Amino acid sequence: MKPLGVLARLSGLIAVVCALNVAPAAAATVQIAVASNFMEPAKEIAAAFSAKTGHQTNLSFGPTGQIYVQISHGAPFEVFLSADKERPQQAEKDGFSVDDTRFTYAVGRLVLYSTRPGFVDAHGKVLAREDLEHLAIADPTIAPYGLAAVESLGKLGLYDRLKPKIVQGSSIAQTFQFVQTGAAEVGFVALSQVINRPDGSRWIVPAKFHSPIDQQAVLLKTGANNPAAKAFMAFLKSPTARAIIRRYGYETP
Amino acid sequence: MADVIWTTLKLASLTTVLLLVLATPLAWWLARQKVWWKEIIAAVAALPIVLPPTVLGFYLLLLLAPSSPLMELLQPFGIQSLAFTFPGLLIGSMVYSLPFAVQPIRNGFEAMGDRPMEVAATLRATPLNAFFTVAVPQARRGFLTAAVLVFAHTVGEFGVVLMIGGGVPGQTEVISVKLYQLVESLQFGEAHRLAAGLLIFSFVVLLTMFLTERRARKTAP
Repeated sequence: MKPLGVLARLSGLIAVVCALNVAPAAAATVQIAVASNFMEPAKEIAAAFSAKTGHQTNLSFGPTGQIYVQISHGAPFEVFLSADKERPQQAEKDGFSVDDTRFTYAVGRLVLYSTRPGFVDAHGKVLAREDLEHLAIADPTIAPYGLAAVESLGKLGLYDRLKPKIVQGSSIAQTFQFVQTGAAEVGFVALSQVINRPDGSRWIVPAKFHSPIDQQAVLLKTGANNPAAKAFMAFLKSPTARAIIRRYGYETP
Repeated sequence: MADVIWTTLKLASLTTVLLLVLATPLAWWLARQKVWWKEIIAAVAALPIVLPPTVLGFYLLLLLAPSSPLMELLQPFGIQSLAFTFPGLLIGSMVYSLPFAVQPIRNGFEAMGDRPMEVAATLRATPLNAFFTVAVPQARRGFLTAAVLVFAHTVGEFGVVLMIGGGVPGQTEVISVKLYQLVESLQFGEAHRLAAGLLIFSFVVLLTMFLTERRARKTAP
């Protein structure tokens, strides 16, 4: 097949897909960029939102940092659900967002988790074990959960001792993978990742051990005049949305 | 930063040397064998080109974790786990770059044809002797291409390192993941320097390869 032929077919396909996506006249569509770790609850919230308001949603998922780079380079997202508070603050500072729309929609909880039953005790004393080989955390320079893990280790007075044993995942998803595959015996992951897993053993780190893992949302300038975007921001604060968020292992402010 | 660059260069050099040694017999076998099912082996050896590095990395992570069958085999030798270690990363890089070593060397051997080896045999050279004095020099361009590709490919490797590395300084923290980390944490200044360095390096490597190939082609018999 000639390359041009492929291109022609592709563009035909794209045209069809776009046509299918056209929303009913009364309702609008909102483009939402969501941090990967919030994928499941976001889908559920979006479904509830559409059922209630009739507006449509287009969800894009990715690492928060990448989403932000895309936004700053003109990506057509209208609402940004970040996994941290830094990027929405940055969006505000750089003038990509509508003023006074930023708020915390979910607060993450840190968990020390192992796939081995009975390995992690109720106070995290497992961290003091001499024979511990690897402790997985998310990269603290990138991921809020990684920073929270380092702060918690500091609070426990174990950071210096455990430093040589720390392995870093580039995201909290990857950190979870390190633990799930058994490559690291234990790791600091997100409660939302293990809330539906009754197996293994865990210690939910007290929230006062680290600074809060705030996940913030912000309305972007591209969506300033889109009723669906504004409606979604409002819906995110509703009791329905908050109940979904809590069910996935987050707290709500 | 020097630490990261040193680890990267060490990884790329070791991968290149070990992989050339390992890929040569395989490439030779693939080039000389006439049986049809050798293409099954060839396809398996070429898989890393097609597989997303994350898939490869995920399997490698499972393979290098303490509970894997491979690690159980190695346990008597005092090896518990290779995930998050330099040797583990070396194994990963070798798997990842295997096709880039096998393919050019195989092509080199195939281009030579059967004739030179037959002539060497009539001159009473042992097969091993003929291999080193006739086949290897004949396929030198294949070896050069393989070495350059493997080295450059390892320097640029990202997905696999991300999956099995764990970013341990001095062990598994290499340029590509460091770059990712810098960009993600919005340290664009340092990221720019590292990225520009990598760009120039890659260009110089490829240019050197093309120029050497050109010269080799001119002086080829």
